[in-house]
Amino acid sequence: MKKVYKMEDLSCAHCAAKMEDAISKLEGVESASVNFVTQKLTINAAENLIDSILEQARKIVSKIEPDCVILS
Amino acid sequence: MTKKQKKQLYKILAAAALYVLGILLPADERILIVIYLVSYLIAGGDVLLRAAGNIRRGQVFDENFLMTIATIGALILGEYREGIAVMLFYQVGELFQSVAVSKSRKSIADLMDIRPDHANIMREDQWIEVDPEEVQVGEIILIKPGERVPLDGVITEGNSTLDTSALTGESVPREVLPGNEIFSGCINLNGRLMMRVSKEFEQSTVARILDLVENASGKKANMESFITRFARYYTPAVVIVAACLAVLPPLVLPGAQFSDWVYRALTFLVISCPCALVISIPLSFFGGLGGSSRQGVLVKGGNYLEALAAAEIVVFDKTGTLTKGTFEVAEIVPAALPEAMAISAAQLLELAALGESYSTHPISQSLRRAYGKEPDLARLGQVQEIPGYGIEAEIDGAAVYIGNEKMMAEKAGVQLPESPAGTLVHVAKQGVYAGYILIEDQIKEDAAAAIASLKACGIKKTVMLTGDNDAIGKKVAAQLGISQVFTQLLPADKVDKLELLLAEKSPKGKLVFVGDGINDAPVLARADVGVAMGALGSDAAIEAADVVIMNDEPSKLATAIAVARKTIGIAKQNTVFALGVKGLVLILGAMGMASMWAAVFADVGVSVLAILNAIRALNIAKEKAVVKPIEADSLI
Repeated sequence: MKKVYKMEDLSCAHCAAKMEDAISKLEGVESASVNFVTQKLTINAAENLIDSILEQARKIVSKIEPDCVILS
Repeated sequence: MTKKQKKQLYKILAAAALYVLGILLPADERILIVIYLVSYLIAGGDVLLRAAGNIRRGQVFDENFLMTIATIGALILGEYREGIAVMLFYQVGELFQSVAVSKSRKSIADLMDIRPDHANIMREDQWIEVDPEEVQVGEIILIKPGERVPLDGVITEGNSTLDTSALTGESVPREVLPGNEIFSGCINLNGRLMMRVSKEFEQSTVARILDLVENASGKKANMESFITRFARYYTPAVVIVAACLAVLPPLVLPGAQFSDWVYRALTFLVISCPCALVISIPLSFFGGLGGSSRQGVLVKGGNYLEALAAAEIVVFDKTGTLTKGTFEVAEIVPAALPEAMAISAAQLLELAALGESYSTHPISQSLRRAYGKEPDLARLGQVQEIPGYGIEAEIDGAAVYIGNEKMMAEKAGVQLPESPAGTLVHVAKQGVYAGYILIEDQIKEDAAAAIASLKACGIKKTVMLTGDNDAIGKKVAAQLGISQVFTQLLPADKVDKLELLLAEKSPKGKLVFVGDGINDAPVLARADVGVAMGALGSDAAIEAADVVIMNDEPSKLATAIAVARKTIGIAKQNTVFALGVKGLVLILGAMGMASMWAAVFADVGVSVLAILNAIRALNIAKEKAVVKPIEADSLI
């Protein structure tokens, strides 16, 4: 299933690419994209895993860009 | 400016003031160092903190770290003024960049601001505003003048005009009446409308368009993927070169100053962020996608923009794409008969319309439309429809045959005079040939202009595919100035012809197919770029195509190609500019001819300029593509 999350204070395009890369590699993620312009994170993954994936994604995001947060 | 950006601005101003004070003050060296350090900390404190934080989290090579190393390096070398100035300059650049990004984010958001925010619905005897997502199919909603139509549906009461420009790029408002289907995203201009909702919000036109535009950036253009790959190697490569630059020459070269080479290495570090590219290329594509959607052309990804820009052959389906797909009476030609039996054009049409009164065939409908009056059924006796031939009817007691050539030869037993190509309805009355009526599919008003502007923008070949007979196909092609036409094709033949054409194009050129998106899914899929027309309200077409033209105008294709080319142009400019400046400063830096100032410019300055350039892609929407209307006749 596909889930879209809004992000805030995503200010570096290079970091967005890094986040996308790291989140795509998480277990259970079919595909992920971080749109720098619209500040949206799209995750395609199995429904039962989505919560734990989101948690890991949050960690990745704050590791790469500390100011940036995923809203939900 | 946001609060955060303002705070940043004050910090920069304060640090700059101290810096100037330090330069002007005729004070002791030690006091000056204190002033400079305070100025440095005000300007770059957050950079230092972030760099420290990132290292703790294992993120080493980011901008903050690089700037920290570079400026602290300068301070250690005793270059106080330069260290502070570079940090200040960097922060100013970052601030500019942040403002430019929020600005372009905002203009993109405005561009896509077609999401309705409420629907008026009757609940417990009064009208209340609810979220469009809460409205069920079949409920009645009220749309006041000035409001955006929140959901798709059918008007039950009221007349108005709608501004459909957000969906179709069409500036002429559309009149709507009860019974008309209307689409979410339009703006109700003057009347109060009551509407029965026919689709849930998620399925509605506006939701689908937004979804499509927002996800379009998921399909990346080659140029975007290249930049992403490039960025992955660029930073580590530059950092490694910088490390070598600091260490090796002083060891190898006789008389080389260690501090001089460290300075050169520091300039390298400053340039090592690929930000300008990573921000501006996707932003250019996003702008292009947004700009074309504003023109009523939805492009489903950056890769399709790239392909459109390289279009070489454009293949059109005829019916519904270049023609309206509705048959109309084009000519009424009574036969030359002796005076006693002579028949006028009006009488001929009347005979045909009467005879075809009961038929539902599109041609019969066009005859009745042309007749314009209610046929007097009392004059009509026995009627028999003979499939593949036409109609045999008794009108005013006389035997009348209405149909094709076969009908005339085999059933009516009359000789046909010489007649033109096209769809003809012949009429014979009591064994005498009475004349024919020419029925034609109407060519769209802008079809000729569409072909002309495609040629003007350098498309090598325009082709038309049609299932119609040879004579009609060739006539339409000649009228429109199309270079090649394939006629009498079955749906499967169309794919074969497309294969032939695909083999013809140059390796880098792309083939674009334009159809109505309903019967031509295999062809749409096989083409490099499949374009569906008239897609407003047709889910199947939106699904099947790579590019969707919301209204019925084939000339929008030239607009889309113009937008695509401009977008690619901007993206290329940015790539060349950013790589060029960085490359130049890297070389100059290695030779010791570029100061850290130049390096900071190559980093943030280039980013800001590239972002500003990328924003131009958004504004393409405002420029009209070069489409000069040309009279269809003048092209024959």
